[in-house]
Amino acid sequence: MLTNKSETLLQVEGLKVYFPTKNKVNGEPVVVKAVDDISFTVKEGETFGLVGESGCGKTTAGKAILRVLNPTDGKVIYKGRDIAKMPMREIKTIRRELQLIFQDPYSSLDPRQSVYSILKEAIVCDRKRHSASEIQERVEDLLRHVELDLSMSDRYPHEMSGGQRQRLGIARALACNPKLIVCDEPVSALDVSIQAQIINLFEELQSKLGLTYIFIAHDLAVVRHIASRIGIMYLGNVVELMESRELFNNSQHPYTKALLSAVPTVDYYEEKNRKRILLEGEVPSPLRVPKGCPFNPRCPKATAICREQKPELRETSSNHFTACHNI
Amino acid sequence: MSEPNKLLEVKNLRTSFFTSENEVKAVNDVSYYINEGEIVAVVGESGCGKSVTQMSVMQLVQTPPGKILGGEVLFEGKNLLDYKSKSKEMQAIRGAKIAMIFQEPMTSLNPVYTVGSQITEVIRRHKKCTKKEAWEIGVRALGDVGIPDPEARMKNYPFEMSGGMRQRALIAIAVACNSRLIIADEPTTALDVTTQAQVMELLLHIVDTMNTSLLIVTHNLGLVSRYAQRIYVMYAGRIVESGTTEDLLTRPAHPYTMGLLKSVPKLEERQGEKLIPIEGAPPNLAKLPEYCSFYPRCPYATEECKAKPAPELRSVDGKLHFKACHLETIPEEGR
Repeated sequence: MLTNKSETLLQVEGLKVYFPTKNKVNGEPVVVKAVDDISFTVKEGETFGLVGESGCGKTTAGKAILRVLNPTDGKVIYKGRDIAKMPMREIKTIRRELQLIFQDPYSSLDPRQSVYSILKEAIVCDRKRHSASEIQERVEDLLRHVELDLSMSDRYPHEMSGGQRQRLGIARALACNPKLIVCDEPVSALDVSIQAQIINLFEELQSKLGLTYIFIAHDLAVVRHIASRIGIMYLGNVVELMESRELFNNSQHPYTKALLSAVPTVDYYEEKNRKRILLEGEVPSPLRVPKGCPFNPRCPKATAICREQKPELRETSSNHFTACHNI
Repeated sequence: MSEPNKLLEVKNLRTSFFTSENEVKAVNDVSYYINEGEIVAVVGESGCGKSVTQMSVMQLVQTPPGKILGGEVLFEGKNLLDYKSKSKEMQAIRGAKIAMIFQEPMTSLNPVYTVGSQITEVIRRHKKCTKKEAWEIGVRALGDVGIPDPEARMKNYPFEMSGGMRQRALIAIAVACNSRLIIADEPTTALDVTTQAQVMELLLHIVDTMNTSLLIVTHNLGLVSRYAQRIYVMYAGRIVESGTTEDLLTRPAHPYTMGLLKSVPKLEERQGEKLIPIEGAPPNLAKLPEYCSFYPRCPYATEECKAKPAPELRSVDGKLHFKACHLETIPEEGR
């Protein structure tokens, strides 16, 4: 694993994405704070994991980082340049280096294009001249990278299995020689046995091509396995940021602990001995984020200050950041 | 302990779907049982026939193209397959004695009726009572499944509820009808982890307090290890291994079960440890081979496995642990 020595590739600072709504409360328009002031850095060659339940803003964060969505505020510094405020024309020049892989490969692939044509489109989008044989060679190269049979190049997405389609989605992202790939729930739609194949493929490609991933998922075990650092999100906020090896034994935020205990493991004996923390209620609507700490209404340890003041993310142990008043 | 009573016993169930070209054997000679008060899980990947098996038990398989070809479904001493799908007897059982909960609660509730009217409809169908009594039973049931302010919630439409709450409303129907068996088909797959834990704890509580049995159909091995007492593993329309949860998770005997366990990422694990996936993809159920259907993906397969017909379930330890595999022993780390 490349961690300590490598350089920062992406730095996210105070990123905010707000969506205005038509609703008004006391004359003030209600704003959905999908991502509310998050900061983290991603080093070159590492995998950064973003975990959270649905509606926590993890996908919005991923899209804002790539400028698929325009952030309301904050900086996204990629290789020393702030993408968040860059004009669209300039974005286009670096977009090839920043790619996105989606959860459902079926809806992110054109059903009327063959594998070859899907990959060709991604290859020629750099507007350089490519001869037919160059493209053919590159398509075959990409298929080999994602371990798809070369005979697949004539197929259409509906003729492929879920795992094969996800491999194609990865191949398309690789076509532009990206540096950073935001993977949004790339394995959640797959069966367990196929999921492991794709996770291994992600890891192999990373070491072969020196890729950096931002891996967005709701499955803690998957993220723990693939990521070297993890950010836990809750209602638009990053509530804990840590090395992934600390997740199991040394997580500190009450939400992370509850999330961990809610995930059942396949280890029979361990499962028998685990303590379960059952949270009350459900995630509140992002339209009505509670005052103070966003987690306070469900937190078993909430005190008066939690209901008043929103905790900042601070270093609670070496290289481990938690946003909680009680630590 | 005396011999526990079998609540439901399925014997040699076979269900196929007929397309213009061929027969898709979705459920291929499946037998299992569930005791009173027990939690049993049927585990498998998508397309392995685990849901069709349950739909066949409830006679909810669409005919045509589907057809239940044979077998027995014994419930309270009667063979449910003797009844027609739309018979009075079957309707008295379906939804009342045996309740079913599906993965996506939004699609199993009617969006244009309030939750209350849908709950009372089921209650009135199965119990002799007035509208008012049914409403009261419904309110109590919603309270029992942990929905706050049940009176007001009865008047809600499904879209006004969250996913977890909708799933609770469906469980409330089972509670209101005093179901003997709840079949939950991927009950928590569409839910977030923390909500998933709440719903599972609720089902566990219902089994403990209401003299109900629970059959969970899922692809999630973790869920099973926490809640089930016994497990059936399905692959390509057959049960390939069965036993207590401890048997299957600590001493898996079938290469498929072993593969599944090795391919799941663990919460606690050293960095750099690789997942070991099962190579290849599940077979096409329309073109199943004569031999063991796991043969093409099995890392331990021998010539013998291809020569012999598909293996039958046989006991591993003389007790509850069964596997459908020709191999006597499987090398610990032979890959």
